[in-house]
Parts: sequence; C-alpha cells; structure tokens
Amino acid sequence: MRLIRSAALAGAVALALSACGGGEDIEAEAPEPVAAEEAEFEAGSTMAELSEAGEMTIGTKFDQPGFGLRGLDETPDGFDVRIAQYIAAQLGIEADKIKWVESPSSQREDLIVNGDVDMVVATYTINDKRKERITFAGPYYVAGQQIMVKKDDSTISGPEDLKANPDVKICSVTGSTPAENIREYLASPDQLVTFEVYDDCVTQLENGQVQAVTTDNVILVGYVAENEGKFKLVGEQFTEEPYGIGIEKGDTAFCEFINESLEKAAEEGYYEEAWKETAGAYEGTEVPELPELEPCA
Amino acid sequence: MEFLTEHFDDFVNGFFRSLSIALWGAVGSLLLGTLLAVFRVSPIPVLQGFGAAYVTLVRNTPLTVLLFGMAFGVPGLGINASFYLFGVVTLILYTAAFVCEAIRSGIATVPIGQAEAARAIGLTFGQSLGLVILPQAMRSVVPPVGSVIIAMIKNSAVVGAAGVGSDLFSVYKRMTSALGYAPLPVLTAVAVAFLIMTLSTGALLALAERRMAVAR
Repeated sequence: MRLIRSAALAGAVALALSACGGGEDIEAEAPEPVAAEEAEFEAGSTMAELSEAGEMTIGTKFDQPGFGLRGLDETPDGFDVRIAQYIAAQLGIEADKIKWVESPSSQREDLIVNGDVDMVVATYTINDKRKERITFAGPYYVAGQQIMVKKDDSTISGPEDLKANPDVKICSVTGSTPAENIREYLASPDQLVTFEVYDDCVTQLENGQVQAVTTDNVILVGYVAENEGKFKLVGEQFTEEPYGIGIEKGDTAFCEFINESLEKAAEEGYYEEAWKETAGAYEGTEVPELPELEPCA
Repeated sequence: MEFLTEHFDDFVNGFFRSLSIALWGAVGSLLLGTLLAVFRVSPIPVLQGFGAAYVTLVRNTPLTVLLFGMAFGVPGLGINASFYLFGVVTLILYTAAFVCEAIRSGIATVPIGQAEAARAIGLTFGQSLGLVILPQAMRSVVPPVGSVIIAMIKNSAVVGAAGVGSDLFSVYKRMTSALGYAPLPVLTAVAVAFLIMTLSTGALLALAERRMAVAR
C-alpha cells in the first residue's frame, strides 16, 4: 500500500515537473542538497518510514567548528551537517524538516539505542566496541589525532614528549576515543584532564590549566582558525580515525542506503563542495577523497 | 560485569581517587565548619557577620556553580592549581557551610547556664567554648554532621565533571563511552563503590555516637 502510494505520488510529481516544460537544471552548483522527489523504498524499511514522515531527527555536535557548530541560529552547520542533509535529501526530506539534537561524545550510543535520533553524524569514530551497540555506515572521512598547544610553547612537539614532561597536562573529552588513545603516551594517568566538551579544554588551555589539547586534527584546526594566532598544531597525526554515521544496530538496509548516498555525493561533487565550504575553509586542510566504505554487516 | 575483570585496576584506582577526594573533603569541611560555627557564636560582631554572610552565600549557591567557578573562574584570574585541588577545595568550602550550621544547632542545645557558669568562674570566651560548650555540643551534633558528611561524599562525584581525571565518575564515562560497556552494570559498580564509602562512614558515626553518649 505504502509503496504504491509513494510511487503514485512520485509519478504525479514527475508529471508536474515535465508539464513545466524543460526547466533549468536547478541542481547545478546548488549549495543546498535538493530533496529527491522520486524517493521510493521498500515498505517497512527505515527509509520508507522516514520518507513518509517527511522529517527526521539527527544527532550532531554543536560545538565543533568545521563539522557541527551551532551559532545564533537554530541550525548547526559544518561538514557533518552537510553530509546529514544530503542523506536526508535522498529520503526526500528538506533541510528545514530536520530536527537537530546535540550529541556529545559520551551520549551518542545512548541516543541511538534509545531511539532519540534516527542517525548520528558527529565526528563519530568507528570502532568495534561501539559496533556492539550500534551499526556504522561509512566511513565518510578519515581524521587523525593531533596535539594543539599555545603558539609560544616549545616543550611539546609531539605525543612522544608527554612522557618526558610529566608536569604537562593534556586535555580531551571525557570518554572519547582521543582521550583513550593518548593514554599510552602518558607518564601517569594524572596527566590526562577531561571535560564534557572541547570548548572547555580550549578555555583551560588559554587559562594555562592544561598545556595541550588533543583530538582529531580537523577539530583542532577549527580552534586554531577560530582563535587566530593563539594556538598551533604540533607533530604528525598519530592515529587514523574513520568517521562513520551511527544508526540503530542491525539496520543493514539503512546502512547500505547511506553508503550509496555517500558514493552519490562524491560522484556529484557535493562531497568536495561541502568540504570546501565547511571544514576545508580552514587553513592547512586538504580536500579529502571519500574513503573506501566498509561493508554493511 | 566483564569490565570489572578487564579493567579492575582502573576501577580500583578510581575508587581510591574518589575516596581521597571524600576524605580530604571531610577533614577540611569539619575543621572549617567548626571554625565558622565558632565565628557565629563569638562575641565579636565582625566574625559573627562574616560567619553569617559566608553561610548565607555558600549554602544557597549550587555546588556545580561553585565548582565550575573554581575550575574556570579562578585560573582566569591567573591562579593555577590542579583540578584535583580545585575540586577538593570547592567541596570543603561548600560543605563547611552545612557543617557550621549543624554544629551551631548543637551549641544551642547546651543549656545557657553552662556558659554563664563558665564565665562566672572566670573562663575566657575561648576557654568556655573549648572546655565547656563544644565538648557537650559535639555529642548532639554527631547525627546531623554525619548526614552532612555522607551527603558530601555523594556530592564528591560531581568533582569528576570539572577536570579531575580518573575518579569514579571519569572511570564510568570512560568505560561506557570510549570502551563502550553498557552503562547499567558500570553504574551499579560505581554505586556499590560509593556505598562502601557511605556505609562505612555511617558505621563509624554510629560508633562515635555510642562512644560519646552520656546518661542524662
């Protein structure tokens, strides 16, 4: 029934469009993803449900420049947000029909498991432990962890220097992957300071309470750009963090749909465009290619 | 409960970290609280005013506001210290206001004749308070001060949100988020760890109450 109805609707829309008579190609160079009108999905699937509802709830960060940052207006913006908007558009959902939910690192799995959001696009590193509770689509980007220090600081030039300077405190987000990764470079666990959000870490770096902040490079680049002349990145990327899109565990069809959407975004040039307008706007970043997608299991 | 076997060391470390926060918090707030109570009953108006103002201000401010004011505001003034120290100091400052009021209520239970008799035999204010009033007052304040200390131990969990790493709160966050264990078993273990602290405090208090009891 549902399938038939949406197919009929799609037909009507197609008719209406062709009736307008050879209109211009509105998709060319459009910064906003255009909602797919001929969306047609198997009844009962997540895609059909969302498509029918015409709206969805997406979790993202509200405090990460370049990926998900919410300013004075209600809608956040960034690479994660653009990717999420593109996927929503593939479901026929307009950008203004998306409800954004703030998803701090420590709450992402719970938001998905509890059904509070339909998906999470929030600088979300794919790992096996998380896969026990949720399913990842993607990855859509591979970040790497780096260290940010004050511009005039020369004690730390990479993670290896942390053991030699046990007085140095390094800050990251409570329960995040970067906080976990940095542990092996520390002389004692007391060197690690954790807060709920990166903004707090940056404030404490300014305050001199911590001497370094560590997380994925792209996030740090955002802070370097935002606080011009105050901070710098040091050392090489010392991890590979594939960012995935978190969805309900076992929803393979939705995962495959997202992966197809990502490939489509890359083909259409939307991926590159979105990057350049968001995270890529900051100095020192390179335009990434869509990484090889993991099979949906 | 697999996290307990896989990360037992971290959990035990977290327990001792939280325990040390609670212990220093208890020692500090009992000392400061007693001092504040002495201020409030002293014959010197400036000290009375200070004690009253302190209690009014601190007791009516949320602990988290004080905590973040300490962890973010104080370094902004150019004063740097470890977040552990900031956390413990905040707990002491906050809890002392409640300890002060509990002790003051205890002082009020000592009949006024005791103070008058002490003064009549020529004891100074310090002597009459230290030798006559407080020893009697302390007996009746064990239960209310005990409640304050137990509440403080539970409040100490908040300190982990303000930069103090590796306490039970941080361990919980790390286990459930970075390492991906389900929250409920980890929270249960954290609750048990706090119960160990609070129940043993309760047992100590019961002991103290029995020891100090006098037939009236």
